[in-house]
Amino acid sequence: MASIIQTYDLTKRFGKLIAVDHVNFSVNEGEIFGLLGPNGAGKTTTINMLTTLLKPTDGTASILGYDIVKDESMVRRVIGLVPQDLTVDEDLTGRENLMLHARLYHLDKDVAKKRINEVLSLVNLLEFADKKVETYSGGMRKRLELAEGLIHYPKILFLDEPTLGLDVQTRAVIWDYIKQLRKDHHMTIFLTTHYMDEADTLCDRIAIIDYGRIKVIDSPSNLKDSLGGDIIELDLINGINTNMESAFLTIPQVKEVKKEGNHYRIKVMKGEEVLPIIVKRVVERDLRISRVSLIKPTLDQVYLEYTGRLLREIEGSSEDVWRMRRILKRIRA
Amino acid sequence: MIDEIFALIMREVKKWVREPFLILMMIIQPTLWLGLFGKAFNLSGLISIPPEIIKELPPDKTHIISDLFNRILQNTFGGTTDYFTYISAGMLSIVILFTSMFSGMSIVWDRRFGFLNKLLVAPISRCSIIIAKVSFSVLRGIVQALLVFSIALAFGLKLTHNFNLINLLGILTTLLLLSIGLSSLFIAITIRIKSWEAHAAVVNLLNLPLMFASSALFPIKQMPSWLQMIAKFNPISYASDNIRIFILSNEFNMQILLHNFEFLIIFALTFSIVGILVAERMLKFD
Repeated sequence: MASIIQTYDLTKRFGKLIAVDHVNFSVNEGEIFGLLGPNGAGKTTTINMLTTLLKPTDGTASILGYDIVKDESMVRRVIGLVPQDLTVDEDLTGRENLMLHARLYHLDKDVAKKRINEVLSLVNLLEFADKKVETYSGGMRKRLELAEGLIHYPKILFLDEPTLGLDVQTRAVIWDYIKQLRKDHHMTIFLTTHYMDEADTLCDRIAIIDYGRIKVIDSPSNLKDSLGGDIIELDLINGINTNMESAFLTIPQVKEVKKEGNHYRIKVMKGEEVLPIIVKRVVERDLRISRVSLIKPTLDQVYLEYTGRLLREIEGSSEDVWRMRRILKRIRA
Repeated sequence: MIDEIFALIMREVKKWVREPFLILMMIIQPTLWLGLFGKAFNLSGLISIPPEIIKELPPDKTHIISDLFNRILQNTFGGTTDYFTYISAGMLSIVILFTSMFSGMSIVWDRRFGFLNKLLVAPISRCSIIIAKVSFSVLRGIVQALLVFSIALAFGLKLTHNFNLINLLGILTTLLLLSIGLSSLFIAITIRIKSWEAHAAVVNLLNLPLMFASSALFPIKQMPSWLQMIAKFNPISYASDNIRIFILSNEFNMQILLHNFEFLIIFALTFSIVGILVAERMLKFD
């Protein structure tokens, strides 16, 4: 697989703040690549540089071989952007919004008409096409936004927080569209998100970004495996004085055991297979279990591992909060 | 490039004609100005001769005196004794000023709602974005000025008795030149402004001097000399004077007309070129 996006020490400074700090990654053709990080980590800045909206302070990137600084007009031709904000024009109908974009991408009128119907049916908006966007719900606006980004069938589609502020069903629908695009059009998709589940279900590979630096790049499952497996938590009713540690450690898949009173926290590989063996060992010693749980690693834990912080604990800057409120307001309006 | 400019203008036109309320509001304000200000200020009443004085004067002299007063008025108010007619001509330029201010506002909104970013990602020339904004502003300004012109006609604007196509074309050309210059100026000023509050502050600062330090509402001759200095560099003065000439006669003083047009053409050219260049450079994201 050829790499379709390649960054070379991509850097952006705003005054003293380094928003994106010598970032290097490559995205393969036909891949769904996610940039995961909290608000203010530099995700949008990165996407804005890749889509030629911002000039890098240092370093550069190439998109389909075109340099984002030197060949910006070529880059613009091959990419599509679905921004974080809802930018469709409320006073126009869905179809008029798409027609405007088709003309900005210099599509022939007949081609444009055909494309518009195609993208509208892809996002299931055909029946609302001739209604003013004003009357659309937040989810419909986001879908129209997606359709706009697709109008010229870009080679690479950039999605900035594609499901920010949307309800659970709409999010699932948007994820389906994105997967379908990759399948039907072999489109490369670059998205940013601060939702773990989004990165997990959608992306082939993710890059975790924090304070403008890439911490790690890998597939979600590899990242989870890198945590060293599953955790079994065990509470015993009796046997405070009995030490089970050595008994557990004889099981080959067990890597680490921590004991606190009669509470055990055991790090294992292949938790499902090891759990019955552990239970058997306990019963053999005539001890009784009051509670047992198997914890599979999540991207949340991966995130904690690589950044030292839990994603949900990180508060956004006031600018982000304000922006979020504005988006929510428009969605609810 | 023509195609993308046209597409962008069409977007604005669609938005505009679908808001009849806004169009109405934009016309009501100048109409109120005309009605309240233009009708209230009765020039010939201001210096009419009280009846007791007329009685004392020999009848053949009153005619000469009233003729004298009329001449003084005509001389001061550029050829009319009717203040409503005077201010109507100026109000057409003011309408252009107001619509140009709004064209800057629409860029602030487009930036605010992220629409501008979409345009910047599209493979179009950045000049097209600005040219489309200026063109639409010009179109809207002229249409609204013509609407106000017809309202003024209905309310007693006194046209010259042989008003013809040349007069109308003269008015349109004047409005066009003024509109191109002012729209470019306001777009260049507001291109980097991100909040509409800041925009309103900047625009209001320019609005008042442009409006009052001109011959749109009052004759320049009556102003103190320092104000005259400003008014003489104000394109609205030249446009108002020009429109007044075309409304009041068709025996033109070519020297004055040419001088006015010369100023307006230089104004429109300079500001549109400088404005578009500045705006195009400033049309960055951060």
